[in-house]
Amino acid sequence: MNSDLKTTIGLEIHIQLKTNRKMFCFCSNKGEDESPNTFVCPICLAMPGTLPVPNIDAIEKIIKLGLSLNCQIPEKSKFDRKHYFYPDLPKGYQISQYDMPFCKGGYLEVDGKKIRLNRIHLEEDAGKLIHDGERSIVDLNRAGTPLAEMVSEPDIDSPSQAKHFMQSIQKLVRALDVSLANMEQGHMRCDANISVTNGTKRSPIVEIKNLNSFRFVEKALTIEQSRLQDEFDSYSGKEGKVTRGFDSKSGVTYQLRSKEEAKDYRYFPEPDIPPFDLTDKSFIDIERLKNEIPMLPEQKMAVLAEVVGDDLAKAILKIDHKDATLGILGDGSIDKKGKLMFGKLIVNNKEVLNLSREQMVDLAKVLGEKVFPSNILRNIISEAVKSGDLISSINIADDKSSLTEAVDSVIKNNPEAVKKYLAGKKETIGFLIGQVMRELQGKADPGEVKSSLENKIGG
Amino acid sequence: MKPLYQLTIKEASDLLEEKKISSLDLVESVFKRIDQVDEKVKAYLLLNRDGAIKSAKLSDERISRGKRIGRLDGIPISVKDLLCTKGIETTAASNILKGFIPSYNATVVEKLERAGAIIVGKTNLDAFAHGSSTENSDFQVTKNPWDLNRIPGGSSGGSAAAVAADMCLASIGTDTGGSIRQPASLCSVVGFKPSYGRVSRYGVIAMASSLDVVGPLAKTAEDASIMMDAISGPDDLDPTTIKENENFTNLKPISLKGLKFALPREFFAKGIDEDVKSVIMKAVDDIKGSGGEIVEISLPSVKYALSVYYIIQPAEVSSNLQRYDGVRYGHSAYRDRNDLKLEELYTNSRGQGFGKEAKRRIMLGTYVLSAGYYDAYYKKALKIRTLVKNDFDKAFDKSAGGADFVITPVSPTPAFKVGEKSNDPIQMYLSDIYTVPINPAGVPAISLPAGFVERVTSKLPVGMQVIGSFKDDKRLLEASIALQDLLKIDEKPNL
Ligand SMILES: [Zn+2]
Repeated sequence: MNSDLKTTIGLEIHIQLKTNRKMFCFCSNKGEDESPNTFVCPICLAMPGTLPVPNIDAIEKIIKLGLSLNCQIPEKSKFDRKHYFYPDLPKGYQISQYDMPFCKGGYLEVDGKKIRLNRIHLEEDAGKLIHDGERSIVDLNRAGTPLAEMVSEPDIDSPSQAKHFMQSIQKLVRALDVSLANMEQGHMRCDANISVTNGTKRSPIVEIKNLNSFRFVEKALTIEQSRLQDEFDSYSGKEGKVTRGFDSKSGVTYQLRSKEEAKDYRYFPEPDIPPFDLTDKSFIDIERLKNEIPMLPEQKMAVLAEVVGDDLAKAILKIDHKDATLGILGDGSIDKKGKLMFGKLIVNNKEVLNLSREQMVDLAKVLGEKVFPSNILRNIISEAVKSGDLISSINIADDKSSLTEAVDSVIKNNPEAVKKYLAGKKETIGFLIGQVMRELQGKADPGEVKSSLENKIGG
Repeated sequence: MKPLYQLTIKEASDLLEEKKISSLDLVESVFKRIDQVDEKVKAYLLLNRDGAIKSAKLSDERISRGKRIGRLDGIPISVKDLLCTKGIETTAASNILKGFIPSYNATVVEKLERAGAIIVGKTNLDAFAHGSSTENSDFQVTKNPWDLNRIPGGSSGGSAAAVAADMCLASIGTDTGGSIRQPASLCSVVGFKPSYGRVSRYGVIAMASSLDVVGPLAKTAEDASIMMDAISGPDDLDPTTIKENENFTNLKPISLKGLKFALPREFFAKGIDEDVKSVIMKAVDDIKGSGGEIVEISLPSVKYALSVYYIIQPAEVSSNLQRYDGVRYGHSAYRDRNDLKLEELYTNSRGQGFGKEAKRRIMLGTYVLSAGYYDAYYKKALKIRTLVKNDFDKAFDKSAGGADFVITPVSPTPAFKVGEKSNDPIQMYLSDIYTVPINPAGVPAISLPAGFVERVTSKLPVGMQVIGSFKDDKRLLEASIALQDLLKIDEKPNL
């Protein structure tokens, strides 16, 4: 066992993009659960003479993804053809990108470490092959779904970090609204490369294909990591690359093919689609895309944590899916105390999220100046949600709390009258009511004052 | 009056407009002609008799209501069987597509139908347009109407022969390295290859995508412009179409006086038949005589163009033919034997379905694209392609005293005999030497009837190629109308 070996992991992640139409035809992109071959047309069936028409929405989405991962967006890009025969690939080639992807470089921070990206390119997904005993059946509903392929540099150093990387990417693409990114449904799939080294010699690089859950990514990599560590002394260091599959049911990896069978895909520039000029604003406006990128989960976390601390920030992100808090905490007209109190409140009382933005701002301002008992605050908010008028519900609550204060002070300052009342001279209550009314300068309902006094004194 | 099938589009259109003839008369006359001569010529793979008669009646109805769509309404034409026609068998003249009935129209077919044109049938070609003689058709060999022992040229040989033999008023062909111009030349009809992207390729079975162009074969340049008016323009289904629209309506001849015509030295050097050369030089003299300026130029990169073409073209062919795998449509070995393994399904379906020439090009193309050879062949070819383009840009650069048009022969020889070159692919490839360089450059070019050469048994047509600058299709057609008025070649083959 060589536990001092360093592990190197790189990931290739396929992400189906959420678009209305497929990548190169006009079929709906929502055929994944429909009956086989009902979401197809002459173009995605590769009928003779048909041509691909690139989906600009998919191009915008991959560029958005690239921008939010600090990728470089080149001035020029193009599609290429990647050839191989398989029944789920109707044209006999996949339209993909070879040497001029839409996104180059970039990085993502995971567990405090910068994981560099090599590229993100755009291609079309293949159909599905359903094996049925001796026969295989082809379903082409998925054929032509826009697919972003993200290739990381081998910067990941543990199976758990690989999992975290995948999880962050999932959060990111969901925040950007570019993919549904459900791994079980294959919206997001992963091939992982792993090797170990002692600094002078490297184990073979093992590529594990088609990992379709976070758990499997971690598990398959852990299995391979220990295998490579155990067998390390037997390696010559010249093994190169091997491909293995992962059987999720039995939890083992198995040999797929070795490099002798390496394919020649005969890439060449796709002649049916002219190259793209990404500086041409009439084709694609990168500045607009930049502005459309919402704040990403890490950025939100940072902004929130600065005001309310890590724990509260996490709790807020969990319940506040519309980022209302983020807006309030970023509002310069509210003081620090108001923001903090608002943050605390929202975690304890989700109903706050039903207030309008203006109401939330007002509430945060009030909270900066005044402390309310929690039951009273709860009433204020539910009243405000019902009436739509936060200020008057605060005023009513204010009045109510001053009534309580006045009653308390009158009782405290008139022990004789209270004693008489308790002894049975019920008419003394009139005097006490008068005292309270005077204290409140007549701004109270005598009946309410009466019942409040009676409650407080008891008897 | 001459028989209706002999009319040009212009003539027939005027008569329809004046209600002197009906579309049904015209279509029936054309079918009668087909019945008389196509047994000998074999231009058609399929006749759309019922559909055409039905469309002709609809057309007549429109005309009687004063609602004629345009100049093609009611005009019988044919379409090369490389263009998909909805509900009508489309084969590319290959066994692998025998019986294939598309559920969609090529954009060009769609546009022609919307213009009221009547498709009488699908014409023969070299399978997948691979060839220069129409002998590579998996179904039949089309004969040259001027000499039935000779080939009509190719790959749009069926279209050229059908127009020359008056079996339609005009036809649609495709041109990847000369497939419209060379048969037009050998059959004495007009064949126009537009600028790359001027006409949509959607629904046209691809040969080499970056070179393929769709265009008309017609009896006159004016008719060709009427066809262009209907079929050209940007298409949302073809991202390589030119974005700007060009108006080809009612083109008139332009004066040749003061126009500069350039003769590239490289096209008149060795290899050209002396008789062919003198026909071209005679035409050039006529142009000079009517005030055109003649200059000699050099297109130095053109000598590499054939090599470039025979790398890029098979590369793209090999890729475009990948889809014929016996899985979804066309010939499938699975129909006879459903116990085949996947690998066998592929090799058997493709092995049985493709002809010799398709296999040759698949092998060539696969080779030049394979790892280790890509840089030496394909990548280098792309670079030289740019040089060829630059040569033409320079030739047409008006600010540097460039020409309006370039004139060359279309084919180094007149039509050769059936079987003469079919076992010698290199000789066959060389018959395209003057047309091939035009496609990598993307510029428009036309083949105009220029005269005849006498042979022992027959006189054979010779065409003249006129090349314009990129996107200058309209002016090229206007000049061609003038050139045709000047050259006055209107003889017809004796069938
Ligand atoms: Zn489709």
